[in-house]
Amino acid sequence: MRQRLGRLGFYLLVAVILIYAVFPFYYAIVTSLKTGTDLFRVDYFPFSLSWENYASLFQHQPFARNILNSIAVAVAVVALSLLLGVTAAFALGRIHFRGRGLLLFTILSVSMFPQVAVLSGMFELIRALDIYNNLLALVFSYMIFTLPFTVWVLTTFMRDLPVELEEAAIMDGASPWVIVTRVFMPLMWPALVATGLLAFIQAWNEFLFALTFTLTEEQRTVPVAIALLSGGSQYELPWGNIMAASVTVTAPVVGLVLIFQRRIVSGLTAGALKG
Amino acid sequence: MAAYEGPTLRQRRVRAAALFLAPMLAVLLAVAGWPLLRTLWFALTDANLAQISGAEFIGLENFLVEVQGKWYGLLADPMWWNAVWNTVYFALVSVTIETVLGMVIALVLNAAFRGRGVLRAAVLIPWAIPTIVSAKMWGWMMHDQYGILNHALMGLGIIAEPLAWTADPDLAMTAVIIADVWKTTPFMALLILAALQLLPSDCYEAARVDGVHPVKVFLRITLPLIRPALVVAVIFRLLDALRMFDLVYVLTPNNEATSMMSVFARQYLVDFQDVGYGSAAATATFFLIAILTIVAIMVGRLRQEVER
Repeated sequence: MRQRLGRLGFYLLVAVILIYAVFPFYYAIVTSLKTGTDLFRVDYFPFSLSWENYASLFQHQPFARNILNSIAVAVAVVALSLLLGVTAAFALGRIHFRGRGLLLFTILSVSMFPQVAVLSGMFELIRALDIYNNLLALVFSYMIFTLPFTVWVLTTFMRDLPVELEEAAIMDGASPWVIVTRVFMPLMWPALVATGLLAFIQAWNEFLFALTFTLTEEQRTVPVAIALLSGGSQYELPWGNIMAASVTVTAPVVGLVLIFQRRIVSGLTAGALKG
Repeated sequence: MAAYEGPTLRQRRVRAAALFLAPMLAVLLAVAGWPLLRTLWFALTDANLAQISGAEFIGLENFLVEVQGKWYGLLADPMWWNAVWNTVYFALVSVTIETVLGMVIALVLNAAFRGRGVLRAAVLIPWAIPTIVSAKMWGWMMHDQYGILNHALMGLGIIAEPLAWTADPDLAMTAVIIADVWKTTPFMALLILAALQLLPSDCYEAARVDGVHPVKVFLRITLPLIRPALVVAVIFRLLDALRMFDLVYVLTPNNEATSMMSVFARQYLVDFQDVGYGSAAATATFFLIAILTIVAIMVGRLRQEVER
């Protein structure tokens, strides 16, 4: 009896966690399918199924452009970070040299320090490079968090690769460049996918730089577009549109995360636990 | 691999390391080192946004200056200290709640039951949602007139009339913490879960055979074993919470009760165009977080050594 009660309590807890995690997103979907006065009635289940909010996003706002901006910036940032990160991670993970620990610690601190601390210096630099209100400004500034993160996670992965492989390659006279590109890269694919995805999500979600370094609607990324979405009147926010936009940009990310769950979890924990 | 690693090979490898690291370090210097130095410099000038480079050195006047017997500057600014206090309070409360909730979720996910995969996938959803989106979602659920939160709480008879979650100065911080906890607990849960899964199962077997109460097992065995991982996770989250910007900016805009250090600094930099004062606030934020980090790491080490 007691065991049965315990089991019941456990499944109750599971249900509570499940609802807590999923409900806000579910409610955003329900809201996004409502229009007009329906929006102001609280419904726990979707009674109306209208795609009007979604349609209006793409007709009255440059939302498609915003999505393309976000994708372009995130892809460029991830590609650059991985490119610079793999070779750096090889140096940090497999070659012993003086000051390596200090260097790793510095890289980790850069990924943790507050973005606002570089805001004015970055602003000046972006103006000097004449890339204000340009997506290049975002690609440039996002490197501050994606690059150290990528280097750190890839270094922890590099460290765990078997040493015999490298020894064999050295015996065959392979140069470090050949070792990285021919021996390690094929083994690193899972790690590269995980790290790339995490960096992509970071860039996709970034707000402070995107808000500060862009001006016009056409240059905005998705988070800024959603934050600044305004309706017909100044006083009432277009909640239906906002929720439709939220669902549109979240659904693919949630999909990616669910597909790559295991890889993502391993990347996240490698980044945090092996320090 | 000492046997064949002659000095030439070693030298070659170290040279390769330098070559491999150079591009990455150059980029980091350009995007982090240089802007940080410039910010520190701007903090000592009267720069404004229109003429950012033609600024003049004014010493520490942005931080503290006496004019006719009165003190001005960041360190004498009650709004700054309000932002500092808000940030520290927010970081401590939300990270504490996240740690406890994250622990509960991790313990549940660590148990073997049907539907575990589904639950783990569901828990990842808040983590994957952009902060801006979660701010908007919670803003809508906490809407004073049409929000589902007020509707549900009134239906359950917990509150008598609708609450203005995001506008009421007494509630705004609670609203921010609720939204932040929802978004960041999954990260905590996943890190704790990863630590739990590395634990050796034999001491649990022994405890079970001896009939030790599960709560005692948790406090005496589990908690001490996952402590190092827990400390790392808490420090990560604290650092993240101390630089909080986006959630507050969107969920409770222009609300003094939830003004945070990053929000304060950006407001001066961009809205008031006062780059000097804004940079002073950014500099103070940077050093405050750096000092707290060092203290946290040292306290962690000290406690480890004391316990040994």
